[in-house]
Amino acid sequence: MNTRFDMMLPRRQTILGGVALAAGAAVPAHAQLTIDMTKPSFEPVPIAIVDFKGDKVGADIAGVVRNDLQNSGLFRSISPSAFIQQNIDPNAPPRFPDWRGIGAAGVVVGQVTQSGGNIKVDFRLWDVVVGQQATGLSFTSQPDKWRRLAHIIADAIYKRVTGEEGYFDTRVAYVAETGPLGNRVKRIAIMDQDGFNARYITDGKTIALTPRFSPTLQEIVYMAYGENNAPPRVYLQNVESNRRELLGNFPGMSFAPRFSPDGTKVVMSISADGNTDIYEMDLRGRALRRLTSGPAIDTSPCYSNDGTQIVFNSDRGGTQQLYVMGAGGGGERRISFGTGRYATPVWSPRGDFIAFTKIAGDGFGIGVMRSDGSGERMLANGFLVEGPTWAPNGRVLAFFRQQPNSGGRAGSVTLHQIDITGRFERQMPTQTDASDPAWSPLIPQ
Amino acid sequence: MRMIKALAAIVAMIFIAACSNEQQAAAPATTTVTPGSVADFRQNVGDRVFFDTDQSTIREDGRQTLNRQAEWLKKYGNYQITVEGHCDERGTREYNLALGERRANAARQYLVAQGIPAARIKTISYGKERPDPVGSDEAAWARNRRAVTALQ
Repeated sequence: MNTRFDMMLPRRQTILGGVALAAGAAVPAHAQLTIDMTKPSFEPVPIAIVDFKGDKVGADIAGVVRNDLQNSGLFRSISPSAFIQQNIDPNAPPRFPDWRGIGAAGVVVGQVTQSGGNIKVDFRLWDVVVGQQATGLSFTSQPDKWRRLAHIIADAIYKRVTGEEGYFDTRVAYVAETGPLGNRVKRIAIMDQDGFNARYITDGKTIALTPRFSPTLQEIVYMAYGENNAPPRVYLQNVESNRRELLGNFPGMSFAPRFSPDGTKVVMSISADGNTDIYEMDLRGRALRRLTSGPAIDTSPCYSNDGTQIVFNSDRGGTQQLYVMGAGGGGERRISFGTGRYATPVWSPRGDFIAFTKIAGDGFGIGVMRSDGSGERMLANGFLVEGPTWAPNGRVLAFFRQQPNSGGRAGSVTLHQIDITGRFERQMPTQTDASDPAWSPLIPQ
Repeated sequence: MRMIKALAAIVAMIFIAACSNEQQAAAPATTTVTPGSVADFRQNVGDRVFFDTDQSTIREDGRQTLNRQAEWLKKYGNYQITVEGHCDERGTREYNLALGERRANAARQYLVAQGIPAARIKTISYGKERPDPVGSDEAAWARNRRAVTALQ
């Protein structure tokens, strides 16, 4: 499974000649092919995705597109059994009244053609409301990469309708958990965002936790215990060759690693004599720089999207709270002031919010606040929810939920995604119990 | 699994006790452990101390346990020691790794202060990754906020 994605590079071009047609019947006011996501509440866009013509894989591609869009919560995929127009020509305008009749705001049609050992996929999104083509694109790739093509098409539709970048052509790294809690096997796994193509990248002989992607997705950093009671250390691993290397041979524990946005540095925590501070390692020369000091626990560091600041959690004030400092250390200031303990801050890729885990009363929550600490808002709560991670568009988060243990048995641990509005929470499918999700950037095309 | 083993042990003891009653002549059903063995340390000294929520201060009950541990470890100087720090599940993973390290270090420092050479004692934190017992109530969490002295 050492696929090299630079071999496939879906090539993209705009389909020319999309014919604008005059709108036929009166435009129904309730369905539009755009979403104003600045409004606090909006209805999902009803969209009809027709099985792509020309090859058996066309139906599979349409299925992946339907699933992606439906799972975002922003679209309602109309069941193909409701479609009136059958045998639609992918190169001609659809019969708009037929699609208006089933309440669709948009229709997606496409075709698959063989092209010198590759497949070429053309698709068009028709705006049923105004009766014209909204977008049309063409992609070419190796035949076995058809799922990626489908995600890229779903991203294009998402972007055309919402005005924001999509996040479907991405992966999620996580900790796959199996076995009884007292002797749990915890392995790093990577899957496509929709749960497909999962594979393990650590062997499970020792506990491995907290995977995080490099900006290019070529590498992850994570923490793993050594054999024979050796303390946890941070490893850098190539996700294709699976070659891994130890980042720094420190006498104590090193953990909580994250890449800088430019991928040249890794920030992490290192413990010595019971005390935990934050350090930054330059990956080019492996030079180590200490960023915090003092007897407090300073951990869970994360760079800002522009790389100039680091948010982390510390108990220096008595309880675990969020602090922001300059990327080189210094200027530390507390930003969380609500009731409870704050942990695992993660800066949005858009820079506008910091997501966090909050422990208050009897429960845990996932929330967001602005980087100055204002505007705190909780998105999800539960017995134990932890570890938010941002989809690359800064609009959707993933986290994990653990149910209470009972009768000596482990409660389930599952990955979930949620919209930044706190709506559309859904469980992300995994083959095993799963924790510590890390959402990748968009896969380079 | 652990629970099943414990139940099996209890069932076995009841069975032995029943046999003893019937046979009258059998020896009392007490297990004997070899002095200086790991089992001796666990059963007669106590291999773990407990902490309050989000704390790493050694409590009075913990000091008594660690005092017994220090006496025993001085007597049996052939063991190397790893103090394992653990947390309950009511914290985040990364913070709990650091908190477990603090707890392990607190127990280690106490043992060193009682005269155990620092070079004999390593520490490791398992955060909330190795619960014992498995449970999601206050009683289970109290048992999980622990530092365990493991002998090698």
